[in-house]
Amino acid sequence: MTLETVLQVAAGGLLMGLIYALVAAGLSLIFGLMDVVNFAHGELMMLAMYAVFVIWQATGLDPMLQLPIVAAMLFLGGMAIYRGMISRALGVQFNRGMVQIFVTFGLAIFIRGAAQFVWGGEFRSVNHTWLSDRTLNLAGVYFPLPQLAAAAVCLAAFAGLLLISRTEFGKALEATREDREAVALIGIDRDRIFALGWGLGAGAVGIAGVMLAGFYYVGPNVGASFALIAYVTVALGGFGSMGGALVAGLLIGEVEAFTAVVLEPSLKQIGVFGVYLLVLMFRPRGLFGTL
Amino acid sequence: MDNFITRRRRRELIVAGLLLAVAIFAPMAVKDVTALNVIILSLLFAGLAQAWNIIGGYCGQISLGHAVYFGMGSYVSTLLYVQAGLPPSAGIFIGAAVGGLAALLVGWPCFRLSGHYYAIATVVVGEIGYLLFLNWDYVGGATGVYIPIAKPSLLNLQFGKDKLPYLHLVLAFVAATWLAAWLIEGSRWGYAWRAVKDDAVAARSLGVNIFASKMAAAAISGFFTGLGGAIYGLYVGYIDPDSVMAGHFSILIALPAVLGGVGTLWGPILGAALLIPLKELSSSYLGGSGRGVDLMLYGAMIIFVALARPQGLVSLFGGRNNGAP
Repeated sequence: MTLETVLQVAAGGLLMGLIYALVAAGLSLIFGLMDVVNFAHGELMMLAMYAVFVIWQATGLDPMLQLPIVAAMLFLGGMAIYRGMISRALGVQFNRGMVQIFVTFGLAIFIRGAAQFVWGGEFRSVNHTWLSDRTLNLAGVYFPLPQLAAAAVCLAAFAGLLLISRTEFGKALEATREDREAVALIGIDRDRIFALGWGLGAGAVGIAGVMLAGFYYVGPNVGASFALIAYVTVALGGFGSMGGALVAGLLIGEVEAFTAVVLEPSLKQIGVFGVYLLVLMFRPRGLFGTL
Repeated sequence: MDNFITRRRRRELIVAGLLLAVAIFAPMAVKDVTALNVIILSLLFAGLAQAWNIIGGYCGQISLGHAVYFGMGSYVSTLLYVQAGLPPSAGIFIGAAVGGLAALLVGWPCFRLSGHYYAIATVVVGEIGYLLFLNWDYVGGATGVYIPIAKPSLLNLQFGKDKLPYLHLVLAFVAATWLAAWLIEGSRWGYAWRAVKDDAVAARSLGVNIFASKMAAAAISGFFTGLGGAIYGLYVGYIDPDSVMAGHFSILIALPAVLGGVGTLWGPILGAALLIPLKELSSSYLGGSGRGVDLMLYGAMIIFVALARPQGLVSLFGGRNNGAP
């Protein structure tokens, strides 16, 4: 492998890794807040991608311009899921851990079925945007513009999440995470914070979905593979740790890109999973987990 | 107190024996092939869910990667038959043993993890198994393996078009898993495992070896899951990674136990008796054209039951020890 190839592969891994990081950040946020792993996280991303496709087909609006609309839709959707389902799952008396896992699994299956019902099983793609087919040549390394924009937006969204954590709301979030019972005594509405947390988590994965729709096909099962990577990212970075999600996302992007070149593309996930299991052997709580 | 428990356990054994007798003879009156197929699959998943219940219910380790043990069992028994000519009546037990061994191999690194870390690690292990078999040409890769049709015999565990012998084979499997769970419930191991599930720290302070408990539960669970996989392979006559190792199998193996009641003797059987017919019927009547209605129904039912009856459907039957923690 020449140096140029190495740089090219590394660039591809970096761009993908930033998307993985944002998908994982949404998952990690929700987990850190209330100990719930959202197994329908990938399906939320799939819904965002379909939303982009539908709006694009109806109005021709470029995915970039749809970003605020679809992110807001996902934000509201996430809050609705919390109010309608998760708040109930948190309130059960028996088998709470298992109920949470299987409720979100049920939701994932439901959303996948609904997508198949509405849009059919075939792949769709938003095949003409402002950015499609353009590349940026940086000292011999090519960056396709749709991927580059996606990575930049994901990084910005990540920074946004970190900024939010410094506001009044972010402090309430942190306090609720620390002690769910005590915050009620100082006038923080726990249910409202949790709902907003779900909104933010879903909004984050929605942003990733919008940017991904600019260069990736959409189908009912597209969420599943991304979600699996996201769980691995969160576990590798440490549940609840935002910085961990970023580092792990980038690491996974690189490992995946290089496994695809060194071994073969169909085995790229094996490399990711192998690194994940290896790290967990030595650090069961992930790279930055505090649990 | 002891007396009460012994009495209850004896009563459970008698009920199980009576149910088994009914289950042996009642299907003889069923002539409809589709109905027999649904009964066979329901029984198979009742046994698989019971196997999952041993690690997930009694020991509290939520595994979402059981498809690997299931697939190992069916691949090993099938390949031993196809490549080496070993009769499946012996091969299924070797498949089961490999399933148990695989569970130990997976457990060794993964039992260092707990809670969600463990659950996600098992998802990943399941996916690794699936990807490896998909890319491994010796085991047929993505094209899979056909089981050659032989003369119907007990040695080959092949019965041609006759479905009743398969039904009895699967019934024996369910009975074996139930008996294993029954024995575990009353044994020292069973108490240790439940202690690990409820409070690992407290269990350790009482001298329970947590790692060994989890490994033992995993091995038994993996063994029976592999056995079920081997029997399934024989029944359908063709296996490929998508039909025996895909991730959704892991969910399908765990779900009947969760819906019926984890850590109970009857929960997995009750869950499978409701879930599998509903799933089969909805996918044959609603899912034919890939419209997704069957998936929506399936997902909605999981959500509904999990929220409405978190302790499992078995608690509807009101016995004092059904599902209560």
